[in-house]
Amino acid sequence: MKPGLRERAMKQMLNFARIFLAAMREIFDEAPYARYLQRTQTASSPQAYAAFRREHEHRHARRPRCC
Amino acid sequence: MTKPLSILAWAAVAAVGTLAVSVVAVHRGEPINALWLVVAATCCYALGYRFYSRFIAVKILVLDPLRATPAERLENGRDFLVTNKWVVFGHHFAAIAGPGPLVGPVLAAQFGYLPGTLWILAGAVFAGCVQDFVILLFSVRRDGKSLTEMAKEETGRVGGVVAYAAVIAIITILLAVVALIVVNALKSSPWGAFTVGITIPIALLMGVYLRRIRPGKVLEVSILGFILVMLAIWGGQWVSQNPTLAGIFTLSATTLAILIIVYGFAASALPVWLLLAPRDYLSTFVKLGTIALLSVGIVVLHPTLHMPAFTRFVDGTGPVFAGKVFPFAFITIACGAISGFHSLISSGTTPKLIARETETRLVGYGAMMCESAVAIMAVIAACVLQPGIYFAINSPASIVGAAPEAAANTISGWGFPVTAADMQALAHAVGEQTLYNRTGGAPAFAVGMAHIFSSTLGGQEVMALWYHFAIMFEALFILSILDAGTRVARFMLQDAFGHIYKPLGRTSWYPSILATSGLVVAGWGYFLWQGVKDPLGGINSLWPLFGIANQLLATVALCVATTIIIKMHRAKYSLVTLVPLAWLVTVTYTASWHKVLDPDPRIGFLAQARVLAAGPATRATGQLIFNNRLDAAVTTILVVMVSLVVIESVRVWAGILSGKRASPVREAPFVMTRLAAGENA
Repeated sequence: MKPGLRERAMKQMLNFARIFLAAMREIFDEAPYARYLQRTQTASSPQAYAAFRREHEHRHARRPRCC
Repeated sequence: MTKPLSILAWAAVAAVGTLAVSVVAVHRGEPINALWLVVAATCCYALGYRFYSRFIAVKILVLDPLRATPAERLENGRDFLVTNKWVVFGHHFAAIAGPGPLVGPVLAAQFGYLPGTLWILAGAVFAGCVQDFVILLFSVRRDGKSLTEMAKEETGRVGGVVAYAAVIAIITILLAVVALIVVNALKSSPWGAFTVGITIPIALLMGVYLRRIRPGKVLEVSILGFILVMLAIWGGQWVSQNPTLAGIFTLSATTLAILIIVYGFAASALPVWLLLAPRDYLSTFVKLGTIALLSVGIVVLHPTLHMPAFTRFVDGTGPVFAGKVFPFAFITIACGAISGFHSLISSGTTPKLIARETETRLVGYGAMMCESAVAIMAVIAACVLQPGIYFAINSPASIVGAAPEAAANTISGWGFPVTAADMQALAHAVGEQTLYNRTGGAPAFAVGMAHIFSSTLGGQEVMALWYHFAIMFEALFILSILDAGTRVARFMLQDAFGHIYKPLGRTSWYPSILATSGLVVAGWGYFLWQGVKDPLGGINSLWPLFGIANQLLATVALCVATTIIIKMHRAKYSLVTLVPLAWLVTVTYTASWHKVLDPDPRIGFLAQARVLAAGPATRATGQLIFNNRLDAAVTTILVVMVSLVVIESVRVWAGILSGKRASPVREAPFVMTRLAAGENA
């Protein structure tokens, strides 16, 4: 394989892995929690997570799910 | 790719697709390979996405990459958030892919593989994907407004009220019918009952771990939960072989129904972090993984379809559910072809995350295509079974007989040979006492899936593990829909009651939580109980009722979409939504007529009530008669309500087209995007 081609393939694979991980973190609410910590300028703790969940509960529980 | 090369490539896709669809549609006699279905589906989706969705995007919706979306304009870090398009795609797909595309096609396989396959392909490309795409875009252009709000604004007040009522009705019937599927899959199955039951303490443990031990580490705890669930499947085998424990976990349908009703109430009333959220993560993880695994298994194994293209039951005499192929195949398969419920998600969280209008094509049209592909996999899983086995699993005892020999003889008499010994051997292979009369679609799907998985990986020895993995997979995300659905309905009721007495609208006020949770659970619990007690197996009444309600909601969504298209001065392209709308009106109204007024007591609710009234009176007769009349009333009310929306919409269209009525487009004003090209990619 040509060096340029290999580099491009590697870059695409890394990009795919990055997006896949981002999707997982978003679906599993890790990214929203990180954003919450940044927004409120707090460190991760049971109290901070409890507050995040309280804030999220209303929105999360209203999310419809299909059959 | 250069233009001539691109034309050549797409011509090749079209040619291969035409060949595959022709083989699937025309081939008779010898069984065909499942790969033909896979190739036909892949080509149809590729052509649909490349050409039809592009036509809609360019000619009708005129997607504008420069127009700022609500995610950008109203960004608040919570509801509105500019998000990568693949992340939104994952979000959207996880929300629309429930058990519907798995169960509906399995039930409709009683007509043969062809009707379901053609409806899934054509329905998705020309109706379902279109509905999801246009509703998503219209919601994006209206600050992420919900379908009920758009219906109220665009078609009049009636539209909003009907959409609201239809949503409540659909959620109630949906929850009852999915609960019934779990009951039918777990009754008299100690292995299944143990495995699914143990996921509740696992979810509680995950909730506590997330909250107290490792706050926010959801991926980590999901992997831990997944390992524990795998251990639970393995442990279930041991439980089923231990006489004492097997006795405890061998539960009747009524006991399971009561347990699920109690669970639904607890899940709705408990804090969301404790049970709902962890179970949600667990089911998402298992759902995405299993669907990917199944698609790989089908391609690697490329099994033969043993079910014929058409069975004799297209005439309406089928044992799985009564009714002719038209209209019942088209309401039995909803989610894989078109589902009104999707319009709620397309106008729910998804439009608030979209970064650019152009991404609605991938998310709206593309995610529905993937959902449709899942339905094709379900058709394959059901049709790889020998038809005799498929009917033995899916037919209620009242039709084929309760004794194994009697059931085998009845089914063989239909031309689908099966013996009691075959069924016993299969039940033994999957670690069950019996597989007869397991109505609802889930067990048949699980047997098909176990067959595909075990043939690809592990052989016959691990078929029991794969079967219970499949049952756990279905039950897990059915239960997550049950608790999330109960909560969604609870919030809707609290919103409505808040107008009557303000404290009732407070979502954190415990008396209100308990009262509204109780009301919602009582609603679906009643229909579940009705299904469990139904002599025809429950699915015969409830699944069509659910299908009708769901497709009627799609009718409302397509009315709203057509109205907006006409208001946008694109009336000449309105056939794109009008044709699926006309088809849905024809199908759902015909099905409703049959379910209410058909003289055949296996089809018509009122005919069955009359037969019960004329027969010998037992303690349950009065209740059964009432249930049938209630089902007839619910169907009639839904049809009348949707008719009002259709009439109101037609009036609006006629007014606009004749120039008698102004047609203001109620879009949010144009704001230029500040996102540079590729910024969020």
